[in-house]
Amino acid sequence: MAIGQDEIEKIAELARIRIAPDQIGDVTRRITDILGMVDQLQAADTKDVEPMANPLDAVQRLRADEVTEENRREAFQAIAPAVENGLYLVPRVVE
Amino acid sequence: MQWETVIGLEVHLQLATRSKIFSGSATTFGAEPNTQASAVDLAMPGMLPVLNAKAVRYAVMFGLGIGADIGRRSVFDRKNYFYPDLPKGYQISQFEAPIVGRGNFEIQLDDGSTRSIGITRAHLEEDAGKSLHEDFHGQTGIDLNRAGTPLLEIVSEPDLRNAAEAVAYLKALHSLVTYLGISDGNMAEGSMRCDINISLRPVGSDTLGTRAEIKNVNSFRFVEKAIRHEFERQVEILEDGGRIVQETRLYDADLDETRPMRSKEVANDYRYFPEPDLLPVVIDEAYIESVRAELPELPVQKRHRFVDQYGLSGYDANVLADSRELADYFEAVVAACGDAKIAANWVQVELLGQLNRGELALGDCPVSATALGGLIGRILDNSISGKIAKQVFEAMWQGEGRADEIIEARGLKQVSDSGELEAMVEQVIAASPGQVEQYLAADEDRRKKLVGFFVGQVMKLSKGQANPQMVNELLAKKLV
Repeated sequence: MAIGQDEIEKIAELARIRIAPDQIGDVTRRITDILGMVDQLQAADTKDVEPMANPLDAVQRLRADEVTEENRREAFQAIAPAVENGLYLVPRVVE
Repeated sequence: MQWETVIGLEVHLQLATRSKIFSGSATTFGAEPNTQASAVDLAMPGMLPVLNAKAVRYAVMFGLGIGADIGRRSVFDRKNYFYPDLPKGYQISQFEAPIVGRGNFEIQLDDGSTRSIGITRAHLEEDAGKSLHEDFHGQTGIDLNRAGTPLLEIVSEPDLRNAAEAVAYLKALHSLVTYLGISDGNMAEGSMRCDINISLRPVGSDTLGTRAEIKNVNSFRFVEKAIRHEFERQVEILEDGGRIVQETRLYDADLDETRPMRSKEVANDYRYFPEPDLLPVVIDEAYIESVRAELPELPVQKRHRFVDQYGLSGYDANVLADSRELADYFEAVVAACGDAKIAANWVQVELLGQLNRGELALGDCPVSATALGGLIGRILDNSISGKIAKQVFEAMWQGEGRADEIIEARGLKQVSDSGELEAMVEQVIAASPGQVEQYLAADEDRRKKLVGFFVGQVMKLSKGQANPQMVNELLAKKLV
C-alpha cells in the first residue's frame, strides 16, 4: 500500500509532529515500507485467532465507586503557566 | 418529490456515579473550577486509569434494560485528538468491542401507537473538560472538573423517521435510564446530550442518502427544531439538484439554524488503538444474572401492566408510567380510593396541572397520594360532586388540611337528603312554569336536553352541593 506525501503531512499535523520539509520524502518512503510489511502480515490467515487487546493474560480489576481524591487545585496550579479564577489559561482555540 | 427523513441518534448519557470513571475524583455538578480534577484527570506523567465498578454495572443494567447482548469481553481504546480540554491527548473510549451490543426498545408516539427502535451499541467512555472562550483577554479558560466523568454513548439504528419520533425516542430513553437510576437525566446540566444524524431519501427508496451530523443538542425542544430546520435545508439543496455534503453541523438555538463546524474542528482521524493501560473487562454469566435480579420494573413493562391491570388507555398508561415517582404516586392513589380510572384522570389533569402551574416537581407536591385518594373516595361515595372536589383539592393544595376536614369546615357535603332536595326541586319547578310547559310538550329526545335547565337551577340553588343523580331522579318523578 502506497501512501501519499500529503497524507503524511495531514497525519503529522493531527498528531502535532513537525517534519521538516526536506525530510518528508524520506519519512514517506519509510512509512510506505512499513505499510508494505503490514500488507504482508495481513496476508496471514487469522480466521480462528481472537484479536489481542493486551499482551498480558489478565483481566481488568475494578475499583469501588468512592471519592478518594481531595481538592489539590492549589498544588496543581502552582506549576501551570497561567491561571485565572481557578481556570487554566491556554492560547485561544477558537477565532 | 416526497422526501423521507432518516434519523439516527447518538446520546451521551452521564452516569450517576459518585466518582469518575478512571479516578477517585468527585463528579458533583457545579463545583468550583478544577477542584474535582486529580492528577489522573490532569494527565500528570505516570498516572494510570483504574476502572469504576459502578460505571460497568450501570452500563450492563442499561444493556439488560434494552434486551441487548452484553459484551463478555469488552475492550477500551484510545481515541486520539488534540484539544486543551483533553489533557491526555486522547479520550479513553470503546471502539471494536463495546460493553453493550445490539438491542432494541419500544417507544410510544403521541397517537398511542408504538414502534420498536434498534440500538446499535452502547459503550463506556470518559467525558472531556470544559473550554470557556470568553473574558480571558484573548485566552481560553479550561475547567477539568468534567474530565473523566463516566459517559455511556448510546447509538441508535437509523430507524427514526421524523422529529416527533426522535423526541419520543429520547423521552423513552430518558424514562428508561431514570427508572434504572443509572443517570439523573438532567438535560439542563448536560447529563443527556445528543448528536443527530440526518439524511433524506425519496419516499419508497431503501438506500440511505448522504447524512449531516448535528452535534451536541441538549434539550427535547432543540432536537425537534434542529431536525425540522435540517430537513428544510436538505430538501432545498436536493430539489435544486444539489448534493448533500457529509459534514458536522452545530445547532444554534438563538438563531434557530444549523451551520457547519469549521473544517479544522472536524478533520480528525482518531487513530483508535487498544488502550494499553487497561485490560479487557470480562463479564460472566453470574454477574449478569446478579444485575438482572436487581432490575426494577421497566417503563414498558409498567405501561403494559397499567393497561392490563387497570384498564387504562395506552396514552394514559404512557403518561403515568413516564417516571417511577409518578407511577408510584398513581398506584398509591388507586390503593387509597379503589378506582383506577378516576385516579388516572385526577393525577393527570388536576395533579399534573397544579404541578405544571407551580413549576413544581412531584417531590414538592403538597398533597400526598393517600390524601388525594381520600378526596376521590368522597366523590365515589357521593359525599361531594366532581366539581366541588376540585375546590376541595385547591384548598388541600393550599395546605388547608385533608379532604374531610375541608368538606366539613366549608360545609361542602353534597345534599343527599331527599326531603331537602325535593323542596328545592319543587321550588325550581314552581318558579319556571314556561320551561315546564315546554318540557311536557316535548318528545323523549328533546326532554333529555330540556331537563338540563332544571338540574342547573337546582344546582345553583344548592350552591353546587345537590347530589346530581338524586336531582335527576326527583325531576323525572315531579315533571309529569
